[in-house]
Amino acid sequence: MAKIVASVNVSHVPAIGAAWDNKKSQDAYWKPVFDGFDFSKKWIAELKPDLIILVYNDHASAFDASIIPTFALGCASEFPPADEGWGPRPVPTVIGHPTMASHLAQSLILDEFDMTIINEMDVDHGLTVPLTLMFGQPEAWPCRIIPLPVNVVQFPPPTGNRCYNLGKAIKRAVEAWKEDLRVVIFGTGGMSHQLQGMRAGLINSEWDKRFLDSLATDAEVARRIPFIEYVREAGSEGIEMVMWLISRGALEQEVREVYRFYHVPASNTALGHLILENKSFQR
Amino acid sequence: MATDDSVRREPIEGFDDVPGTTLFDAQRARQGYWVNQFCMSLMKAQNRAEFKADEDKYLRKWKMSDEQREAILQRNWARMIELGGNIYYLSKLFSTDGKSFQYVAATMTGLTQEQYAQMMLQGGRTIENNRSKKEWARTGGPAFGKSGKPAAGNK
Repeated sequence: MAKIVASVNVSHVPAIGAAWDNKKSQDAYWKPVFDGFDFSKKWIAELKPDLIILVYNDHASAFDASIIPTFALGCASEFPPADEGWGPRPVPTVIGHPTMASHLAQSLILDEFDMTIINEMDVDHGLTVPLTLMFGQPEAWPCRIIPLPVNVVQFPPPTGNRCYNLGKAIKRAVEAWKEDLRVVIFGTGGMSHQLQGMRAGLINSEWDKRFLDSLATDAEVARRIPFIEYVREAGSEGIEMVMWLISRGALEQEVREVYRFYHVPASNTALGHLILENKSFQR
Repeated sequence: MATDDSVRREPIEGFDDVPGTTLFDAQRARQGYWVNQFCMSLMKAQNRAEFKADEDKYLRKWKMSDEQREAILQRNWARMIELGGNIYYLSKLFSTDGKSFQYVAATMTGLTQEQYAQMMLQGGRTIENNRSKKEWARTGGPAFGKSGKPAAGNK
Protein backbone atom coordinates (compact mmCIF):
# COMPACT_ATOMS: atom_id res chain seq x y z
CA MET A 1 0.00 0.00 0.00
CA ALA A 2 1.00 3.62 -0.27
CA LYS A 3 2.27 5.21 2.92
CA ILE A 4 3.09 8.72 4.10
CA VAL A 5 6.35 8.27 5.98
CA ALA A 6 7.47 11.81 6.75
CA SER A 7 6.60 15.48 6.59
CA VAL A 8 8.71 18.38 5.40
CA ASN A 9 7.58 21.73 6.73
CA VAL A 10 9.14 24.84 5.33
CA SER A 11 8.54 28.54 4.71
CA HIS A 12 8.06 29.55 1.08
CA VAL A 13 9.34 33.15 1.07
CA PRO A 14 9.34 34.40 -2.56
CA ALA A 15 12.62 36.29 -2.09
CA ILE A 16 14.33 32.92 -1.56
CA GLY A 17 13.26 31.87 -5.05
CA ALA A 18 14.44 35.20 -6.45
CA ALA A 19 17.80 34.87 -4.65
CA TRP A 20 18.29 31.38 -6.07
CA ASP A 21 17.19 32.28 -9.59
CA ASN A 22 19.47 35.35 -9.62
CA LYS A 23 22.45 33.29 -8.38
CA LYS A 24 22.64 35.10 -5.04
CA SER A 25 22.42 32.00 -2.87
CA GLN A 26 26.04 32.40 -1.76
CA ASP A 27 25.69 36.09 -0.84
CA ALA A 28 26.24 36.84 2.85
CA TYR A 29 22.52 37.54 3.38
CA TRP A 30 21.26 34.33 1.78
CA LYS A 31 24.03 31.80 2.41
CA PRO A 32 22.89 30.93 5.96
CA VAL A 33 19.37 30.28 4.60
CA PHE A 34 20.51 27.85 1.89
CA ASP A 35 23.11 26.24 4.19
CA GLY A 36 20.23 25.42 6.53
CA PHE A 37 18.97 22.95 3.90
CA ASP A 38 22.20 21.00 3.31
CA PHE A 39 21.03 18.25 5.67
CA SER A 40 17.52 18.24 4.18
CA LYS A 41 18.77 17.82 0.62
CA LYS A 42 20.77 14.74 1.66
CA TRP A 43 17.91 13.39 3.75
CA ILE A 44 15.36 13.55 0.94
CA ALA A 45 17.83 12.25 -1.67
CA GLU A 46 18.32 9.18 0.51
CA LEU A 47 14.62 8.79 1.29
CA LYS A 48 13.68 8.82 -2.43
CA PRO A 49 9.95 9.52 -2.17
CA ASP A 50 7.77 8.33 -5.06
CA LEU A 51 5.27 11.07 -4.49
CA ILE A 52 5.03 14.40 -2.69
CA ILE A 53 1.70 15.83 -1.57
CA LEU A 54 2.52 19.50 -1.38
CA VAL A 55 0.29 21.65 0.82
CA TYR A 56 0.71 25.34 0.09
CA ASN A 57 -1.27 28.46 -0.57
CA ASP A 58 -1.67 30.12 -3.91
CA HIS A 59 -0.80 33.84 -3.60
CA ALA A 60 -3.35 35.21 -6.04
CA SER A 61 -1.66 33.48 -8.97
CA ALA A 62 -3.77 30.53 -10.12
CA PHE A 63 -6.87 31.78 -8.33
CA ASP A 64 -7.93 35.35 -8.86
CA ALA A 65 -10.44 37.20 -6.67
CA SER A 66 -13.42 35.64 -8.46
CA ILE A 67 -13.32 32.19 -6.84
CA ILE A 68 -11.75 31.38 -3.45
CA PRO A 69 -11.53 27.63 -2.78
CA THR A 70 -10.75 26.77 0.85
CA PHE A 71 -9.20 23.38 0.06
CA ALA A 72 -8.26 22.37 -3.47
CA LEU A 73 -6.52 19.45 -5.12
CA GLY A 74 -4.40 19.52 -8.26
CA CYS A 75 -5.54 16.64 -10.48
CA ALA A 76 -3.77 17.68 -13.70
CA SER A 77 -0.87 15.77 -15.25
CA GLU A 78 1.37 18.83 -15.10
CA PHE A 79 1.55 22.25 -13.49
CA PRO A 80 3.73 24.96 -15.10
CA PRO A 81 5.42 27.65 -12.96
CA ALA A 82 3.32 30.83 -12.74
CA ASP A 83 4.24 34.28 -14.03
CA GLU A 84 3.84 36.36 -10.87
CA GLY A 85 4.70 39.66 -12.50
CA TRP A 86 8.35 39.19 -13.40
CA GLY A 87 8.12 36.13 -15.67
CA PRO A 88 7.85 32.47 -14.60
CA ARG A 89 10.61 31.10 -12.34
CA PRO A 90 13.16 29.06 -14.34
CA VAL A 91 12.25 25.81 -12.63
CA PRO A 92 10.95 22.51 -13.99
CA THR A 93 7.27 21.96 -14.66
CA VAL A 94 5.67 19.99 -11.84
CA ILE A 95 4.56 16.52 -12.95
CA GLY A 96 1.37 15.49 -11.17
CA HIS A 97 -0.18 12.12 -10.47
CA PRO A 98 -3.71 12.34 -11.91
CA THR A 99 -4.87 8.84 -10.98
CA MET A 100 -3.69 9.15 -7.36
CA ALA A 101 -5.09 12.69 -7.20
CA SER A 102 -8.48 11.44 -8.45
CA HIS A 103 -8.39 8.74 -5.79
CA LEU A 104 -7.56 11.35 -3.14
CA ALA A 105 -10.39 13.59 -4.33
CA GLN A 106 -12.89 10.75 -4.17
CA SER A 107 -11.73 9.51 -0.80
CA LEU A 108 -11.55 12.98 0.79
CA ILE A 109 -14.94 14.07 -0.48
CA LEU A 110 -16.60 10.87 0.73
CA ASP A 111 -14.74 11.46 4.00
CA GLU A 112 -16.64 14.80 4.17
CA PHE A 113 -13.86 17.17 3.07
CA ASP A 114 -15.19 19.30 0.22
CA MET A 115 -12.20 19.59 -2.08
CA THR A 116 -12.24 21.84 -5.13
CA ILE A 117 -10.92 19.86 -8.11
CA ILE A 118 -8.37 21.63 -10.30
CA ASN A 119 -7.64 20.34 -13.78
CA GLU A 120 -5.48 23.22 -14.97
CA MET A 121 -3.25 25.37 -12.79
CA ASP A 122 0.00 27.31 -12.75
CA VAL A 123 1.92 26.98 -9.50
CA ASP A 124 3.54 29.96 -7.79
CA HIS A 125 6.40 30.48 -5.33
CA GLY A 126 4.33 28.88 -2.57
CA LEU A 127 4.92 25.52 -4.25
CA THR A 128 8.20 26.04 -6.12
CA VAL A 129 10.34 27.66 -3.38
CA PRO A 130 10.13 24.61 -1.07
CA LEU A 131 11.16 22.41 -4.01
CA THR A 132 14.14 24.65 -4.74
CA LEU A 133 15.22 24.50 -1.10
CA MET A 134 14.92 20.71 -0.95
CA PHE A 135 16.19 19.77 -4.44
CA GLY A 136 18.22 22.69 -5.82
CA GLN A 137 18.10 23.04 -9.60
CA PRO A 138 17.52 19.63 -11.22
CA GLU A 139 16.42 19.31 -14.86
CA ALA A 140 13.23 17.68 -13.60
CA TRP A 141 11.83 17.42 -10.08
CA PRO A 142 12.75 13.93 -8.81
CA CYS A 143 9.21 12.64 -8.23
CA ARG A 144 5.57 13.24 -8.91
CA ILE A 145 3.90 16.01 -6.95
CA ILE A 146 0.23 16.56 -6.08
CA PRO A 147 -0.45 20.21 -5.21
CA LEU A 148 -2.95 20.86 -2.44
CA PRO A 149 -3.67 24.61 -2.22
CA VAL A 150 -5.34 26.04 0.89
CA ASN A 151 -6.90 29.47 1.14
CA VAL A 152 -5.07 31.55 3.74
CA VAL A 153 -5.33 34.85 1.84
CA GLN A 154 -8.98 35.77 2.32
CA PHE A 155 -10.01 35.54 5.96
CA PRO A 156 -11.08 33.43 7.64
CA PRO A 157 -8.93 30.55 6.48
CA PRO A 158 -9.79 27.02 7.69
CA THR A 159 -9.02 26.46 11.37
CA GLY A 160 -5.92 24.61 12.49
CA ASN A 161 -8.11 21.82 13.80
CA ARG A 162 -9.89 21.45 10.47
CA CYS A 163 -6.52 21.32 8.74
CA TYR A 164 -5.28 18.68 11.19
CA ASN A 165 -8.34 16.55 10.50
CA LEU A 166 -7.87 16.96 6.76
CA GLY A 167 -4.36 15.60 7.28
CA LYS A 168 -5.82 12.54 8.97
CA ALA A 169 -8.20 12.03 6.04
CA ILE A 170 -5.28 12.32 3.60
CA LYS A 171 -3.45 9.62 5.59
CA ARG A 172 -6.49 7.30 5.32
CA ALA A 173 -6.84 8.00 1.61
CA VAL A 174 -3.16 7.35 0.85
CA GLU A 175 -3.20 4.09 2.80
CA ALA A 176 -6.20 2.89 0.78
CA TRP A 177 -4.08 3.04 -2.39
CA LYS A 178 -2.94 -0.49 -3.28
CA GLU A 179 0.25 0.28 -5.18
CA ASP A 180 3.38 0.60 -3.02
CA LEU A 181 4.32 4.24 -2.93
CA ARG A 182 6.56 6.08 -0.52
CA VAL A 183 4.89 9.43 0.10
CA VAL A 184 6.20 12.57 1.78
CA ILE A 185 3.83 15.40 2.64
CA PHE A 186 4.99 19.01 2.60
CA GLY A 187 3.43 21.71 4.80
CA THR A 188 4.60 25.13 3.69
CA GLY A 189 4.37 28.83 4.56
CA GLY A 190 5.00 30.73 7.78
CA MET A 191 6.50 31.31 10.13
CA SER A 192 5.72 34.59 11.90
CA HIS A 193 5.46 37.48 9.45
CA GLN A 194 3.25 40.42 8.61
CA LEU A 195 3.44 42.10 5.21
CA GLN A 196 0.96 44.94 5.67
CA GLY A 197 0.23 48.00 7.73
CA MET A 198 2.03 49.68 10.62
CA ARG A 199 2.89 46.34 12.24
CA ALA A 200 4.71 44.97 9.17
CA GLY A 201 7.97 43.22 10.01
CA LEU A 202 6.56 41.46 13.06
CA ILE A 203 8.56 38.41 14.15
CA ASN A 204 7.70 36.31 17.20
CA SER A 205 10.44 33.73 17.58
CA GLU A 206 9.28 32.48 20.98
CA TRP A 207 5.81 31.74 19.60
CA ASP A 208 7.25 30.10 16.49
CA LYS A 209 9.42 27.86 18.64
CA ARG A 210 6.47 26.78 20.77
CA PHE A 211 4.57 25.97 17.58
CA LEU A 212 7.45 23.82 16.28
CA ASP A 213 7.77 22.09 19.66
CA SER A 214 4.08 21.29 19.66
CA LEU A 215 4.20 19.74 16.18
CA ALA A 216 7.19 17.63 17.16
CA THR A 217 5.85 16.47 20.52
CA ASP A 218 2.17 17.07 21.14
CA ALA A 219 0.17 18.37 18.18
CA GLU A 220 -2.90 18.50 20.42
CA VAL A 221 -1.73 21.95 21.56
CA ALA A 222 -1.05 23.32 18.08
CA ARG A 223 -4.30 22.07 16.56
CA ARG A 224 -6.33 24.04 19.13
CA ILE A 225 -4.72 27.42 18.42
CA PRO A 226 -7.51 29.76 17.31
CA PHE A 227 -7.32 31.89 14.16
CA ILE A 228 -7.06 35.13 16.11
CA GLU A 229 -3.99 33.95 18.03
CA TYR A 230 -2.06 33.33 14.81
CA VAL A 231 -2.92 36.82 13.58
CA ARG A 232 -2.11 38.59 16.84
CA GLU A 233 1.02 36.63 17.80
CA ALA A 234 2.50 35.57 14.44
CA GLY A 235 1.20 38.32 12.12
CA SER A 236 -1.54 38.49 9.52
CA GLU A 237 0.51 36.38 7.09
CA GLY A 238 1.78 34.04 9.84
CA ILE A 239 -1.65 32.41 9.54
CA GLU A 240 -0.05 30.30 6.78
CA MET A 241 1.16 28.02 9.58
CA VAL A 242 -2.24 26.30 9.73
CA MET A 243 -1.02 24.39 6.66
CA TRP A 244 1.66 22.72 8.79
CA LEU A 245 -1.19 21.09 10.70
CA ILE A 246 -2.35 19.31 7.53
CA SER A 247 1.09 17.75 7.13
CA ARG A 248 1.20 16.93 10.87
CA GLY A 249 -2.25 15.32 10.81
CA ALA A 250 -1.14 13.09 7.93
CA LEU A 251 1.54 11.48 10.10
CA GLU A 252 1.06 9.00 12.91
CA GLN A 253 0.60 10.22 16.45
CA GLU A 254 4.16 9.24 17.40
CA VAL A 255 6.80 11.05 15.36
CA ARG A 256 10.49 11.79 15.65
CA GLU A 257 12.01 15.15 14.90
CA VAL A 258 14.69 14.55 12.31
CA TYR A 259 15.77 18.11 11.65
CA ARG A 260 14.91 21.68 12.57
CA PHE A 261 16.17 24.98 11.21
CA TYR A 262 15.07 28.50 12.12
CA HIS A 263 16.45 31.72 10.71
CA VAL A 264 15.54 35.41 10.88
CA PRO A 265 15.22 37.24 8.57
CA ALA A 266 14.34 35.99 5.13
CA SER A 267 13.11 39.29 3.70
CA ASN A 268 10.14 40.06 6.03
CA THR A 269 9.80 36.60 7.43
CA ALA A 270 11.00 34.15 10.05
CA LEU A 271 12.04 31.09 8.07
CA GLY A 272 11.16 27.82 9.75
CA HIS A 273 11.90 24.27 8.68
CA LEU A 274 10.96 21.04 10.42
CA ILE A 275 11.31 17.44 9.21
CA LEU A 276 9.29 14.79 11.04
CA GLU A 277 9.25 11.03 10.42
CA ASN A 278 6.74 8.52 11.71
CA LYS A 279 8.30 6.73 14.67
CA SER A 280 7.25 3.42 13.12
CA PHE A 281 9.12 4.20 9.90
CA GLN A 282 12.36 2.26 9.36
CA ARG A 283 14.36 2.69 6.18
CA MET B 1 -32.31 50.99 1.68
CA ALA B 2 -28.75 50.06 2.47
CA THR B 3 -26.84 48.14 -0.17
CA ASP B 4 -25.04 44.99 0.79
CA ASP B 5 -21.70 46.79 0.51
CA SER B 6 -22.51 49.45 3.10
CA VAL B 7 -23.55 47.25 6.01
CA ARG B 8 -20.62 45.99 8.01
CA ARG B 9 -21.19 42.62 9.59
CA GLU B 10 -19.56 41.68 12.89
CA PRO B 11 -15.80 41.14 12.54
CA ILE B 12 -14.12 37.96 13.70
CA GLU B 13 -14.03 38.12 17.47
CA GLY B 14 -10.90 39.80 18.78
CA PHE B 15 -9.73 41.04 15.41
CA ASP B 16 -10.59 44.67 15.92
CA ASP B 17 -8.12 44.81 18.79
CA VAL B 18 -5.14 43.70 16.64
CA PRO B 19 -3.24 46.90 15.87
CA GLY B 20 -2.06 48.06 12.46
CA THR B 21 -3.64 45.16 10.62
CA THR B 22 -6.37 45.11 7.99
CA LEU B 23 -8.67 42.12 7.85
CA PHE B 24 -8.99 40.96 4.25
CA ASP B 25 -12.32 39.22 4.56
CA ALA B 26 -15.11 38.56 2.06
CA GLN B 27 -16.54 42.05 2.50
CA ARG B 28 -13.23 43.82 1.92
CA ALA B 29 -12.60 41.50 -1.02
CA ARG B 30 -15.85 42.85 -2.51
CA GLN B 31 -14.68 46.42 -2.00
CA GLY B 32 -11.28 45.76 -3.59
CA TYR B 33 -12.45 43.36 -6.27
CA TRP B 34 -11.45 45.40 -9.31
CA VAL B 35 -8.22 46.62 -7.73
CA ASN B 36 -7.23 43.02 -7.18
CA GLN B 37 -8.44 41.86 -10.59
CA PHE B 38 -6.46 44.68 -12.24
CA CYS B 39 -3.38 43.43 -10.37
CA MET B 40 -4.02 39.90 -11.61
CA SER B 41 -4.01 41.15 -15.20
CA LEU B 42 -0.35 42.14 -14.73
CA MET B 43 0.63 38.47 -14.73
CA LYS B 44 0.67 38.72 -18.54
CA ALA B 45 3.69 40.45 -20.11
CA GLN B 46 1.50 42.05 -22.77
CA ASN B 47 -0.72 43.67 -20.11
CA ARG B 48 2.30 44.89 -18.16
CA ALA B 49 3.54 46.63 -21.29
CA GLU B 50 0.15 48.21 -21.94
CA PHE B 51 -0.10 49.40 -18.33
CA LYS B 52 3.39 50.91 -18.36
CA ALA B 53 2.69 52.74 -21.61
CA ASP B 54 -0.28 54.65 -20.12
CA GLU B 55 -1.19 53.77 -16.53
CA ASP B 56 -4.25 55.99 -16.24
CA LYS B 57 -5.72 54.75 -19.50
CA TYR B 58 -5.17 51.13 -18.55
CA LEU B 59 -6.67 51.64 -15.09
CA ARG B 60 -9.83 53.19 -16.56
CA LYS B 61 -10.59 49.86 -18.18
CA TRP B 62 -11.38 48.53 -14.68
CA LYS B 63 -14.51 49.36 -12.68
CA MET B 64 -12.65 50.76 -9.67
CA SER B 65 -13.41 53.97 -7.76
CA ASP B 66 -11.53 57.23 -8.41
CA GLU B 67 -9.83 56.98 -5.01
CA GLN B 68 -8.70 53.43 -5.74
CA ARG B 69 -7.27 54.54 -9.10
CA GLU B 70 -5.51 57.50 -7.44
CA ALA B 71 -3.99 55.25 -4.77
CA ILE B 72 -2.61 52.97 -7.50
CA LEU B 73 -1.22 55.84 -9.58
CA GLN B 74 0.47 57.24 -6.46
CA ARG B 75 1.65 53.78 -5.38
CA ASN B 76 0.15 54.47 -1.97
CA TRP B 77 0.28 50.88 -0.74
CA ALA B 78 -1.29 51.50 2.66
CA ARG B 79 -4.22 53.27 0.99
CA MET B 80 -4.65 50.43 -1.52
CA ILE B 81 -4.91 47.99 1.41
CA GLU B 82 -7.47 50.25 3.14
CA LEU B 83 -9.54 50.30 -0.05
CA GLY B 84 -9.72 46.53 -0.35
CA GLY B 85 -6.45 45.63 -2.04
CA ASN B 86 -4.66 42.58 -0.72
CA ILE B 87 -0.88 42.36 -0.48
CA TYR B 88 -0.63 39.19 -2.59
CA TYR B 89 -2.65 40.76 -5.40
CA LEU B 90 -0.72 44.01 -5.04
CA SER B 91 2.50 42.02 -5.40
CA LYS B 92 1.75 41.74 -9.12
CA LEU B 93 1.81 45.55 -9.29
CA PHE B 94 5.01 46.05 -7.30
CA SER B 95 6.69 43.19 -9.19
CA THR B 96 5.80 45.03 -12.40
CA ASP B 97 7.54 48.05 -10.82
CA GLY B 98 10.56 45.88 -9.97
CA LYS B 99 9.96 46.34 -6.23
CA SER B 100 10.12 43.72 -3.48
CA PHE B 101 7.80 42.70 -0.66
CA GLN B 102 10.30 44.24 1.74
CA TYR B 103 10.25 47.59 -0.06
CA VAL B 104 6.46 47.75 0.01
CA ALA B 105 6.15 46.53 3.61
CA ALA B 106 8.61 49.20 4.71
CA THR B 107 6.62 51.99 3.04
CA MET B 108 3.58 51.07 5.13
CA THR B 109 5.33 51.25 8.50
CA GLY B 110 6.45 54.87 8.75
CA LEU B 111 10.06 53.66 8.93
CA THR B 112 12.63 54.45 6.28
CA GLN B 113 13.82 51.59 4.04
CA GLU B 114 17.08 51.53 5.93
CA GLN B 115 15.44 51.47 9.36
CA TYR B 116 13.09 48.71 8.27
CA ALA B 117 15.85 46.56 6.75
CA GLN B 118 17.93 47.10 9.90
CA MET B 119 14.99 46.13 12.11
CA MET B 120 14.58 42.87 10.16
CA LEU B 121 18.32 42.10 10.38
CA GLN B 122 18.11 42.58 14.14
CA GLY B 123 15.36 39.99 14.46
CA GLY B 124 12.30 41.84 13.25
CA ARG B 125 9.63 43.89 14.96
CA THR B 126 9.04 42.67 18.49
CA ILE B 127 5.69 41.30 19.61
CA GLU B 128 6.05 43.14 22.93
CA ASN B 129 3.73 46.14 23.00
CA ASN B 130 2.43 45.19 19.56
CA ARG B 131 -0.36 42.83 20.53
CA SER B 132 -3.27 45.19 20.98
CA LYS B 133 -4.61 48.63 20.23
CA LYS B 134 -4.71 49.28 23.97
CA GLU B 135 -0.93 48.84 24.11
CA TRP B 136 -0.48 51.23 21.21
CA ALA B 137 -2.73 53.79 22.89
CA ARG B 138 -0.51 53.54 25.97
CA THR B 139 2.88 53.56 24.21
CA GLY B 140 1.99 56.00 21.44
CA GLY B 141 2.26 53.63 18.49
CA PRO B 142 3.98 50.59 17.05
CA ALA B 143 7.01 49.24 18.83
CA PHE B 144 9.89 48.19 16.64
CA GLY B 145 13.15 46.33 16.91
CA LYS B 146 14.09 43.90 19.61
CA SER B 147 14.06 46.57 22.31
CA GLY B 148 10.31 46.94 21.98
CA LYS B 149 10.61 50.72 22.23
CA PRO B 150 8.37 52.85 20.05
CA ALA B 151 10.08 54.10 16.92
CA ALA B 152 11.24 57.69 16.95
CA GLY B 153 8.90 59.89 14.96
CA ASN B 154 5.76 57.87 15.59
CA LYS B 155 2.67 59.93 15.09
